[in-house]
Amino acid sequence: MIVADKKPIEEIIDEIKRHTKILILGCNECVTVCESGGKKEVEILASALRMYFTNNQQEMLIDEHTLERQCDHEYLEEIRDRIDQYDAVLSLACGVGVQFMAEKYHATPVYPGVNTCFLGATEQRGLWTERCQACGKCILASTGGICPVSRCAKRILNGPCGGSTNGKCELSKDLDCAWQLIIDRLKALGRLDDYETVYPIKDWSTDRAGGPRKVIREDVQV
Amino acid sequence: MNVKTPSKLEKILASGQLAVTSECGPPRGSDPETITKKAELIKDYVDAINITDNQTSVTRMCSLAACIRLKLMGLEPILQMVTRDRNRLALQSDILGAASFDIHNMLCLSGDHQSFGDCAQGQNVHDLDSMQLIQTVRHMRDEGKFLGGDDIKRPPQMFVGAAANPFADPFEIRVPRLAKKIASGVEFIQTQCIYNLDRFEEWMKLVRDRGLHEKVHILAGVTPFKSAGMARYMKNRVPGMDVPDDVVKRMADTPKEKQADEGINICVESIQRLKEVEGVHGFHVMAIEWEEKVPGIVERAGLYPRPEV
Repeated sequence: MIVADKKPIEEIIDEIKRHTKILILGCNECVTVCESGGKKEVEILASALRMYFTNNQQEMLIDEHTLERQCDHEYLEEIRDRIDQYDAVLSLACGVGVQFMAEKYHATPVYPGVNTCFLGATEQRGLWTERCQACGKCILASTGGICPVSRCAKRILNGPCGGSTNGKCELSKDLDCAWQLIIDRLKALGRLDDYETVYPIKDWSTDRAGGPRKVIREDVQV
Repeated sequence: MNVKTPSKLEKILASGQLAVTSECGPPRGSDPETITKKAELIKDYVDAINITDNQTSVTRMCSLAACIRLKLMGLEPILQMVTRDRNRLALQSDILGAASFDIHNMLCLSGDHQSFGDCAQGQNVHDLDSMQLIQTVRHMRDEGKFLGGDDIKRPPQMFVGAAANPFADPFEIRVPRLAKKIASGVEFIQTQCIYNLDRFEEWMKLVRDRGLHEKVHILAGVTPFKSAGMARYMKNRVPGMDVPDDVVKRMADTPKEKQADEGINICVESIQRLKEVEGVHGFHVMAIEWEEKVPGIVERAGLYPRPEV
């Protein structure tokens, strides 16, 4: 999933204080799972903002709504009949949702209420970690199912680097060395000999380096 | 004598004589004298001098410019290149720039993470990793072609090196990792500083068991301690460093005013012992901001005078 984190409330206040009618818009997908932009977080943020503006004697209408998805035209249509009631939307969706919102409703300012962080997973309640950088050319088959692009701080394809100590990354004792994990995994699979295959120079043109990306699937187009 | 480049370092190693290299860190400024003065101190006692590439991710004068300074003094530089700061376009371009000054040695590294230095908020590149950089420079030299496939007019003639750390984790891949660098095309290796000689000798045995010592020239890395404090720091704080307790104790048991001398003694004794290890073809003496001690160490270790080739 896409993992996002809350934005500092001061930053949000700074953006919306010029308006008087705000819709806080949650998303029922990834940001709900990572507890940063679902219905519950919309409620909490709305209460905090109402309290702030009341205390500062500033008139501010704050409404709440959560869509099934903000990265989908169909669901964004749901708010078409009420969007004009607001000066602005504070979207708690990921960066994709915020942009889709902005593209769909040209005349309404939209502000991001979260920082979109990475593609990751919930390791435990309150702890999300990165697993994928969407490089566009998956190499997991040759690295035992562990991704050095997203999990090695230097995205080294023939690791580990000299900074690996006791299975941890040179960046932090709390961070696993991806190459230690890969080697452990290859060992468990009885494939440690594969370690000696030199991974060739990677084509990064399918990564961010190639510019904004598109997936076109004519077979599913209607 | 079979050599592939005009590198003096390669010639010495190919002749079967022990090579000696050392290194100079470029200054945090543009004064060329900082580098030329360091080089003056050591030039008659080493065969080639590494110039580090923004080591510990702190911004310094670029390695290539400092190498050119050495070249203008008639010395033999080893251009260190890390993959942290440059993509394949910039790396190939800098290799050509170095070759245009007839710089004939290169050391391929990944580099410390930028968060340790003065540009912690910067991006890193890592378009290639150190093994792929080895492949790149060998391809440019041997095939005379760019990675993109076009011909290079006057290809670089680089003798290609890399680092190896016999002490890093995980231990079971220390030798396979060396084999991988050899498969990538590396021709000489400078090792991490060696203080645990027993463990280094174990590693060398595993290296010999696979015949790797005949495929690459291994230069054993040594660094003299200036003080007991430095020994403790290296033991406890530097990742991938193996300093045995008895070495720290030897430094700590020495009166403060004699610790520097004792550090040099340990270094000289290490070289003497390592000279006997089959497969060790030379020494990389890293006297960190202590270049003036290199001549004494080289002389006492019986590695002076340096051969003429």
